[in-house]
Amino acid sequence: MSPLLEARGLVQQYTSGKSLFGKPDIVRAVDGIDLTVTRGEVLGIVGESGSGKSTLGRMLLGLETPFSGEVLYHGQPMPAPRTEQWRRLRAQMQLIFQDPLAALDRRMTIAAQIAEPLEIHGLAKGAEVTDRVAALMARVGLRRDQADRYPHELSGGQRQRVVIARALATNPGFLVCDEPVSALDVSIQAQVVNLLRDLQEQDGLTMVFISHDLKVVRNICDRVAVMYLGRVVEEAPSDSIFAEPRHPYTQALVSSIPLAGQGLEGRIILRGEPPNPAARPSGCAFHPRCRFADASCTVQVPPLENHGGRLAACLKLPRAPRLAA
Amino acid sequence: MLRFTLAKIARAGLTILLVMTFAFIVLRMSGDPAQVLLGPDAPQDAVDAFRERWGLNDPLWQQYLAYLQQILNFDFGISMRDQSPAIDLVLERVPATLAITVPALILKVCIGIPAGVYAALHRDSIADRGVIMMSIFGFTIPSFVLALVLVLVFAVTLDWLPSGGQDTWRHAILPIATLSIGGIGILARFSRSAMIEVLGQPYIRTAMAKGLPWREVVWKHALPNAAIPIITLVGFMVGALIAGAVVVESIFSWPGVGRLIVVSVSNRDLAVVQCLLLVIAASMVLANLCVDFAYGLLDPRLRQKRTQ
Amino acid sequence: MSFVSIRDLKVAFDGVRVLHGIDLDIGRGEAVGLVGESGCGKSVTWLAALGLLPGKARVTGSVRIEGRELIDARPGELESVRGARIAMIFQDPSSSLNPVHRVGRQITESLRLHRGLRGSAARAEAIRLLDMVGIPSAATRIDLYPHEFSGGQCQRVMIAMALAGRPDLLIADEPTTALDATIQAQILDLLSSIRRDTGMAMVFISHDLGAVSAVCDRASVMYAGRIVETDNVARLFGAPKHPYTRGLFDAIPDLNAGRARLVPVEGTVPDPRNLPQGCAFAPRCARATRFCTAYAPDLKLQAMGGKVACFHPDQSSEPMRETQVVVA
Repeated sequence: MSPLLEARGLVQQYTSGKSLFGKPDIVRAVDGIDLTVTRGEVLGIVGESGSGKSTLGRMLLGLETPFSGEVLYHGQPMPAPRTEQWRRLRAQMQLIFQDPLAALDRRMTIAAQIAEPLEIHGLAKGAEVTDRVAALMARVGLRRDQADRYPHELSGGQRQRVVIARALATNPGFLVCDEPVSALDVSIQAQVVNLLRDLQEQDGLTMVFISHDLKVVRNICDRVAVMYLGRVVEEAPSDSIFAEPRHPYTQALVSSIPLAGQGLEGRIILRGEPPNPAARPSGCAFHPRCRFADASCTVQVPPLENHGGRLAACLKLPRAPRLAA
Repeated sequence: MLRFTLAKIARAGLTILLVMTFAFIVLRMSGDPAQVLLGPDAPQDAVDAFRERWGLNDPLWQQYLAYLQQILNFDFGISMRDQSPAIDLVLERVPATLAITVPALILKVCIGIPAGVYAALHRDSIADRGVIMMSIFGFTIPSFVLALVLVLVFAVTLDWLPSGGQDTWRHAILPIATLSIGGIGILARFSRSAMIEVLGQPYIRTAMAKGLPWREVVWKHALPNAAIPIITLVGFMVGALIAGAVVVESIFSWPGVGRLIVVSVSNRDLAVVQCLLLVIAASMVLANLCVDFAYGLLDPRLRQKRTQ
Repeated sequence: MSFVSIRDLKVAFDGVRVLHGIDLDIGRGEAVGLVGESGCGKSVTWLAALGLLPGKARVTGSVRIEGRELIDARPGELESVRGARIAMIFQDPSSSLNPVHRVGRQITESLRLHRGLRGSAARAEAIRLLDMVGIPSAATRIDLYPHEFSGGQCQRVMIAMALAGRPDLLIADEPTTALDATIQAQILDLLSSIRRDTGMAMVFISHDLGAVSAVCDRASVMYAGRIVETDNVARLFGAPKHPYTRGLFDAIPDLNAGRARLVPVEGTVPDPRNLPQGCAFAPRCARATRFCTAYAPDLKLQAMGGKVACFHPDQSSEPMRETQVVVA
C-alpha cells in the first residue's frame, strides 16, 4: 500500500504570555511526530485534552505550518499557506470538526452552503450545481425538502450531515474528522458514524479520525495512534490495541471506558492529571502518573519502538528486536 | 506586578505622546493662526512679524521638537490671544467644569447602576420595562435637544431655574440634569445586561443549590462579577469628567473647559488647544489606568496573569 | 418510606411542556441513575425539585422530602433543604465555581450556612474536605481561585462543597461529561468511595450508560419528558425491555465487536413543541403498531420486575452481549 500522507518529525510550538518585558513561555503542543497514512485507511488519533491531537490534525491538512518537520502529500511537500497551489489542495483535503453549528453560516440555506465549495473551486456551473447538491444531500441522508432550511432549523445530527456533504462536494481524497460525533447524542452518533463508514468504504476515502471516544474509534478505525502530551506513545491496528493495550497509558485509557453492565472493579485509576504542556515532565512525560515508572523513566525519553508488530514508547516494555530501518 | 505597572505607565505615556503629536500636526495643517487672530485685512508686515514671533516659519519638525522640549520642561506655551500662560488659562477653568460633571457622575452611578440591577433582578416586570424605556429615552435623545427642552420647561415656561450663567448653585441644576440623564440611561441599560448575563452563569445556580438565601446570592456572587464590566464604563465616564461637557457648557454659558475649547479652536490659539488636549488626554489615560487596577482587584484571573 | 418521593412532576417553559409527569422515589443511601439523551428532561426533573429553574418555568406536581412538600414551598424552606439535605453538582465544573472567590471561601460559605462553622474551625474543616476529595496540598491550595484548578480538580472542589452540608442525597448532574477519560474514571471512583464512606444517597444523571451502570443500583431511562423504563441496573442492562432502552444499548459501539456496523436509533428526538400523539417514541420504534401512535403507554410494573412504559415490551430474556476488557 502506498502512503498518501506522511508526517516526519512534526513539531508545533506556541508562545504564550508574551508581555512587554517578560520572556515568552514556549508551549510544545506537538513534540516530534512521525506518521504514515496509507491510501484508503482510517487512522484514529486518540488522546485527552492538551495531547495535541487537534493541532496534529490541522498540520496534516496544511492549515497550520509546523514549527519544524514536514508533511508530504502524495510524496510532495505541503505548499506554503495561501499560495495558489495550497488553495488547489484545499479541494482534495477537507476537515470536519466537532461543532457543526459553528462550521455553518447561519444566514445561508444548507443547499447554498453545500454548493459553495463547488463554486469556489469551479467544479460545477448553473443547473449542474443544483444536481450535484441534490446528489450530495441524498448521499448523506438529507431530505430534498431540507435544501432551503437554515442551520438552526435542523437537529445536531442533521447539521453534521450538512457539514459532511459540504466536505464531500469537492470529491476529496483525504478527510480529517476532529471529534465529529462528540457533540451528538448516542442514538444520533451511531447514525453519523455509520454514514462516515459507508462514505469511506464506497469512495475509498483516506481518513484521520481524531476523538477522545475510544469506542467510536474502535468501531471506525483500522489503525490507532495514542497521543500523550504531544507525542505518540502507542500505535497499532485497532483490533490489537484495544484487546491488548501495551503502553501503561493506553491500558489506563482503555480500562477507563465505562462499560454498561460492568462496575468499577478492575479499572486502572491513574493518579493526577494530564500535565500542562508548558511544564512537560522530564524523561517520559507520562512517568508522574505511571504505575510502572522508576528512576530511569524520569531521565530517559522512551523512543517509539517496534514491540511485536506495534509501536510503543515505554522503557518498561520487554524489549523486542528492532526492525531494520 | 511591578513589571505590569511599569508597562501600563509606559503605554499610558505613549498614548499621550501620540495624542499630542496628532493634535500638533492637525492644528498646523488646518489653518494659519496669524490670519485668524489678526484678521483677513491685517497688513503683511504684521502677519510676518506674528509668524516670526511664534516660530511659525520654521520647518514643522523643528517646531515639533521645540514643542516637545518645552513640554518636558513643564512649559506649556503662551496663549497667542491674551499672552498669559496656556496652562493657567486651562487650569482656572477646570473647577467650573468639575462643579457640574462630578455631581452628574455621582447621579449617573447612584441612579443608573441600582436601576439597572433592580431591573435585571425583576426581569420582565413593569419596573424592568420602565427602566428599559427610560434608559432608551435617556441615551437616544441628543444632549443639546435635552438641554433646550429643559430650558424651555424649567426656565422659560415655569421660570423655576435660570437658563444660563454661573452665579448660584441654582444655575448648576439644569446643566447637571442634562449631563446626567443620558449617562443614567446608558449605565442602567449596561448594568442590567451585565447583571442578567451573570445571573445566567452556572456559578449562580451553584450558589443557590448550596442553600444560600437569594439576597446573599445577589450580593456575594452576582454583583462582584457584574461589577467587572460596569467598572469599565464608569471608567470612561470618569475619563470624560473634564472634556465631556463641551455642548452643555456652550448652551448654558457655563465658563468651563468646554467653552475654552470652543473659543480657542475657533481662534487657532495653538498653545491653548494643545495644552487642553494634553490635559484631557492625561485625564482619560489616568482614568484608564485606574480602571485597569480596579480590574485587578475585582478579577483574580487578571491579577494572576499580571504577576506571572 | 422513601427519602425523596416525586409524584406527577410536570414542567413547562413558556407554555411548552418538557416534563410530562415524573414519578420517582429515592430511598436512603440508594444510588439511582437517570439516563437519557439531551432534552429528555433528566436534569430539569431535579432542578425543578429544588426550585432552581428560572422564574418562567411552571412546575406542578409534588416533590416530598421525608413528607415535606418542596413544590411551591417558601424560599426559606427550600434553602434549608438545598445543600443541607440535597446537594447538587453539575456538568461544567469550571464555570460552576464563582471565578472571583477563593475556593476556600466558597466551601466555608456552605459550612457556615449548614453547620454554623466560622473562622479557623470552618477553614480546618474545608481543608479536611478538600483533602478527602483528593486535592493535593489542600492546606495551601484552599486559598487559590477556581481558574487555578483543572476541570477535574474543580469537580473535586464542587464535591467537597456539596459534602460540606453533610447532605443525605447528592444529585450529580452529568458530573463527568466534560472531563477527560482518565479523569472521568477518577471522579466516578471518588463518588462511589464517598458513598461507601458516608452512606449518602446519590442520583447520577448521565447520558453515559456505562458510567450509570458502574455507580448505580437502579436506573430510570427517560425519553421526551417521561420515564420509559426503570429497573435495577443488572436487569435493565442485562435485558432491556423498552425498545428505546434497547436502541440506546445497540447504538453504543462495542469495544470487542470490531468494525461491525452500528445499529442506530433512526430518526430524531421529537420537538417538545410538537410531540407526536400516543407514545412519543412510536415514530422511531420498530415495534410500534397503530395502537402506539394513538395512545400513550403508562409506566407499568412488569411480571419479570421493573417498570416499562410500552405496549409491546421486549419479553425475550436474551441476555445482552457480554463485555469485558483484557488488560495486559
